[in-house]
Amino acid sequence: MITMENVSKAYVEGIPALKNINLKVERGEFVFIVGDSGSGKSTLIKLLLKELEPTSGKIVVNGQNLGRLRRRQIPRYRRKLGVVFQDFRLLKDRNVYENIAFAQRVIMTPTRKIRREVPKMLSMIGLAEKYKSFPKELSGGEQQRVALARALVNRPDILLADEPTGNLDPKNSWDIMRLLEKINRTGTTILVVTHNREIVDEMKKRVITMKRGVIISDEKEGGYIYEG
Amino acid sequence: MRASTVWYTLKQGIKNIYRNKMFSLASVATMAACIFMFCLFFAVVTNFRHMVDEAESGVTVTVFFDETLTAEQIQAIGTEINARPEVDYTEYVTADEAWAEYIEVYLGGNEELAEGFKDDNPLANASHYIIYLNAVEDQESLVSYLETVQGIRDINHSEPVAETLSGFNRLLSYISITIILVLLFVAVFLISNTVMIGIAVRKEEIAIMKLIGATDFFVRAPFIVEGILIGVIGSAIPLTGIYFLYTRVVTFITERFSILNNLLDFVPASELYQTLLPVGLALGIGIGFLGSFVTIRKHLKV
Repeated sequence: MITMENVSKAYVEGIPALKNINLKVERGEFVFIVGDSGSGKSTLIKLLLKELEPTSGKIVVNGQNLGRLRRRQIPRYRRKLGVVFQDFRLLKDRNVYENIAFAQRVIMTPTRKIRREVPKMLSMIGLAEKYKSFPKELSGGEQQRVALARALVNRPDILLADEPTGNLDPKNSWDIMRLLEKINRTGTTILVVTHNREIVDEMKKRVITMKRGVIISDEKEGGYIYEG
Repeated sequence: MRASTVWYTLKQGIKNIYRNKMFSLASVATMAACIFMFCLFFAVVTNFRHMVDEAESGVTVTVFFDETLTAEQIQAIGTEINARPEVDYTEYVTADEAWAEYIEVYLGGNEELAEGFKDDNPLANASHYIIYLNAVEDQESLVSYLETVQGIRDINHSEPVAETLSGFNRLLSYISITIILVLLFVAVFLISNTVMIGIAVRKEEIAIMKLIGATDFFVRAPFIVEGILIGVIGSAIPLTGIYFLYTRVVTFITERFSILNNLLDFVPASELYQTLLPVGLALGIGIGFLGSFVTIRKHLKV
């Protein structure tokens, strides 16, 4: 599903944020990417989103070589990915329903289909009764659930979550992780960048640990590597 | 593209205006102020040009012929003159018509004084052509040509008037072009700044759209609809204002200063608006479109 071969990225010449990353993620996997700040986790997500170009190396997602993707092909590529951010990134001036529907508007889904599918997503995230609320009227956990619904409404093959629990309390963090697990069971490949040791240790998923732009460990049912 | 997408885009453009009320208001006000200045200047220049054109149309060249020429020969020269590119049209005045006009102008009320010349027209050799020019600047070249024509005895023309009018015309053109360019520059500068502030506020929104797979067109279209709508409103307000202001001012001047009516011949508002309306609207729409199109471009590279 995702292959990275000798991928490096340097924002400033000579100072690499990622160094020779080799990575393979199979369809339907649930993978945690952990590491300290500046370890290169977010850069990795940005490369997969084609927000950044690698300095060298090859990235293939869903059979598509990202290096050969033309600028006008990027929107179509991104539609196959779902993305969730730490700061939710909801459209503040639109209500819950419109925020979720927006992801479908973007791909020109007919209004009739939007009206059918958005309520389904609202029920899945447990916010059916708050469909008219605006982001500022929701708690952090609720906002993240809306962001998750927006990421999933187009049934993406891969879900990329960059610190999805970073701004949430433990209860809401677990709610989000359980939702992600549920989505993963339907066959969606999930990559979660996180700092949350407790969740990583408890969920027993594949854990890729990064340090200063390098993968230092990759364990099948791993845990958070504690470093002094 | 789906009709629902077109409708969505239009709705978003309208909603954007409402959502960013203060920004929209600032944009409309800036646009309206710039187009108001433009309309005002346009109205003044059009009227100046109209008055100069009126004055120019009174500038003529008159040619008199040798006594030996027959009526046919005079007419042949007239046909040649008419064919010249400088000539708009000509008027042939026979000797009898010239005498009749003389009596009317100089002996008005004492026509009996002319009785003695009843059978002996003192202006027997005064048949002439009055030549109306296409442009007053052409006078010099026409006169040079006429001086070479055999059979022409005398050419009456006024060089200072033609020079003054053509000089004034040139000056008016330079001033118009300079002021229009300055106004356009100021308008584009002010409006692109306003749009830039509006877009900076929505930079994050644009980035979110792009990250979830929106095409450049999908992101850009509502902003362009918004820009065009602001352009239409921003130009409609000054166009309406200027229309009423113009008709009021013209009525006021013609009523209050009736003594100037012969000098000041204003262009009617309906005639002025045949040009000003499409130009003003096109300017508003064009600036609105370009302002949003260009400013949003640099935020699309996500």
